[in-house]
Amino acid sequence: MQPFISVSGAAIPLLEDDVNTDQIAPIPTKRSLKPDLRDVFFHRARRLADDTLDPAHVLNQPRFAAASIFVTGRNFGCGSSREGAVWTMLAVGIVCIVARSIADLYRENCLQNGVLPVELPDDVMDDFEKRVLAADGGEPFTIDLRTQTISGPGGPDIRFEISEADRTRLLEGLDDIGMSLRHEQAISDWEARMRANSPWLQKAVRQNSGSTETVS
Amino acid sequence: MPASMPRTMFDKMWDAHFVARRLDGREMIYVDRHVLHDLHAPHAFEKLESTGRAVRRPDLTCSMQDHTVATKPGRDETTNPDGAQFQRAMREGSRRNGIRLFDLDDPEQGISHVVAPELGLVLPGATHAVPDSHACTVGGLGALGLGCGTSELEHILVTQTIALKRPKNLRIALTGQLGPYVGAKDVALRILALHGTSFGRGNAIEYAGPVASDLSIEARMTLCNLTIEMGARSGFIAPDEKTYAYLAGLPYVPRGAEWEAALAQWSLVPGDPDAVFDTELSVDCTGLGPQITWGTDQAQTISVDEAVPSLGVAEARSKTERALAYMGLEPGQPVLGVKVDRVFIGSCTNARLSDLRAAAALIRGKSVAPGLVALVVPGSTSVKRAAESEGLDRIFKDAGFLWGESGCSMCAGGNGDRGLPMERIVSTTNRNFEGRQGKAVRTHLASPEVAAASAIAGFIADPRRI
Ligand code: SF4
Repeated sequence: MQPFISVSGAAIPLLEDDVNTDQIAPIPTKRSLKPDLRDVFFHRARRLADDTLDPAHVLNQPRFAAASIFVTGRNFGCGSSREGAVWTMLAVGIVCIVARSIADLYRENCLQNGVLPVELPDDVMDDFEKRVLAADGGEPFTIDLRTQTISGPGGPDIRFEISEADRTRLLEGLDDIGMSLRHEQAISDWEARMRANSPWLQKAVRQNSGSTETVS
Repeated sequence: MPASMPRTMFDKMWDAHFVARRLDGREMIYVDRHVLHDLHAPHAFEKLESTGRAVRRPDLTCSMQDHTVATKPGRDETTNPDGAQFQRAMREGSRRNGIRLFDLDDPEQGISHVVAPELGLVLPGATHAVPDSHACTVGGLGALGLGCGTSELEHILVTQTIALKRPKNLRIALTGQLGPYVGAKDVALRILALHGTSFGRGNAIEYAGPVASDLSIEARMTLCNLTIEMGARSGFIAPDEKTYAYLAGLPYVPRGAEWEAALAQWSLVPGDPDAVFDTELSVDCTGLGPQITWGTDQAQTISVDEAVPSLGVAEARSKTERALAYMGLEPGQPVLGVKVDRVFIGSCTNARLSDLRAAAALIRGKSVAPGLVALVVPGSTSVKRAAESEGLDRIFKDAGFLWGESGCSMCAGGNGDRGLPMERIVSTTNRNFEGRQGKAVRTHLASPEVAAASAIAGFIADPRRI
């Protein structure tokens, strides 16, 4: 995974609460295994009733086209677990979400993809939102995970909190599966214990279709 | 934690599945059963291929075709061409990795969260992961459901574990008693109306109290299904005699001496009486009426005989205004009598046999209102068969309902079943988000009873007055 050290760029304000993953990455009408994620990104929200791009929508503003920071409200990313909701953000270049709060599954998916999830308390966020609105895609903000600070126009540096574990994982770009495979022995030991104590939980789901018998 | 400390049911399930603590502080939790589906598994299969990693326990994994499958009778791959590529990728990936596939024509195909419990793939105290947020449904059997993303799905395939931060304990005591035509869906919507859509973040929710224990197992699954809408990944109800009666004899449930041994272990799954929860909530269900959502999130819920909010409250004003505008409703307007274009009875929330029975009981001998499109999609092919053997399909069809093959269908529209712009749908599903059931579609979430009553009336109706 790409490590996340720091990012400098424009910050897009989408100052709403409860933005769900059906809004961020709607299931396209025309399904495809390899959709154009840039197009999926807030596909409906960015469009007018006649399906043309809404020139007034903040996400369609050319000054935010190269933004790498996304600023939003409470419970961002609630709803379905689809990881596509993070992939679409990455596809348009966003690598950091600054929110009042972020839904559990979405936050998890951010960490899986090297996207920094920052949650700020309300009073700090009130102030930061004002600065983001005033900057309006002009002067960039810098978010540095090493120092856990947000700096940029309109005020002093803001410190944010993140658990040491998540911080390390992002800074070092640790491979999630690799980290777990170090514990392969523990997995085998657990399975052996379970085979002895609750053998039914280690029994196979039979392979051939149509049959629902268990085999050992 | 010393063994003598009283533990919650969640603590016990978690501790029993703890494998190791990772470098990043996360705990690896063993996944007893892992069910994949056509929408998200193809990506993971492809990833595995490219990284050269193998599936650790294909024998504990199975694959379900549910999200993209057509519901039209006589369906095959060509019925929904957009879905075909997903289904093919699923078929090939499952075969390559030796994973049991429930394909379109399988007698046990259906929505994974409906199929797994009815086959006994879900057991009390066991962990059950699905790359779909409604994995929490299986908490109705006293299991720990874990919804996950695509990367996590790949992680489970390779390690048979999921690495998580340990959630906190939250208990919701459901007191009182439910009246006629009021069920688990109404209870869940009421909890959402009272506490919002994010209070459960970082928690595992145990539902307790007389209302939870009075619910049938199928109704418990409906309640647990909506846990994710409260912001929590997992929700469950302690297993009891009803749970064991439901499981006895199901295909994947242990038999004979193993059944006895399993029962002994399951009796230890419920939490200790003096266990401490991080958060305790209590919801009194006395006098609760049938609930319905009026807006675009599940907390925007009222009793079916109430009016939508007026715009008095400054705090929520813009959100309320926007939701009312999207839904085409006037502030302060009663919802009873609002014209409905479509009714959908289906999804992992409310498409088990008991749901279909409840709806059919209201529909028997009546007809769907002229011009209204009504669709029933059983939660699994087994539910469909059982319903047909009871003649429920006839009741629905005679009334003018379409009777579909099992799958997710209009819940997320992943198979192309969608409403038309501006249409108003009463739906037994779980998400009323803008556009979830099609562009500009107005979704009202409700129970099968409210959906059935509304289909007959042609407008939002109260099943108690039909
Ligand atoms: S019915 Fe809906 S919520 Fe349930 S698994 Fe299918 S898409 Fe997900």
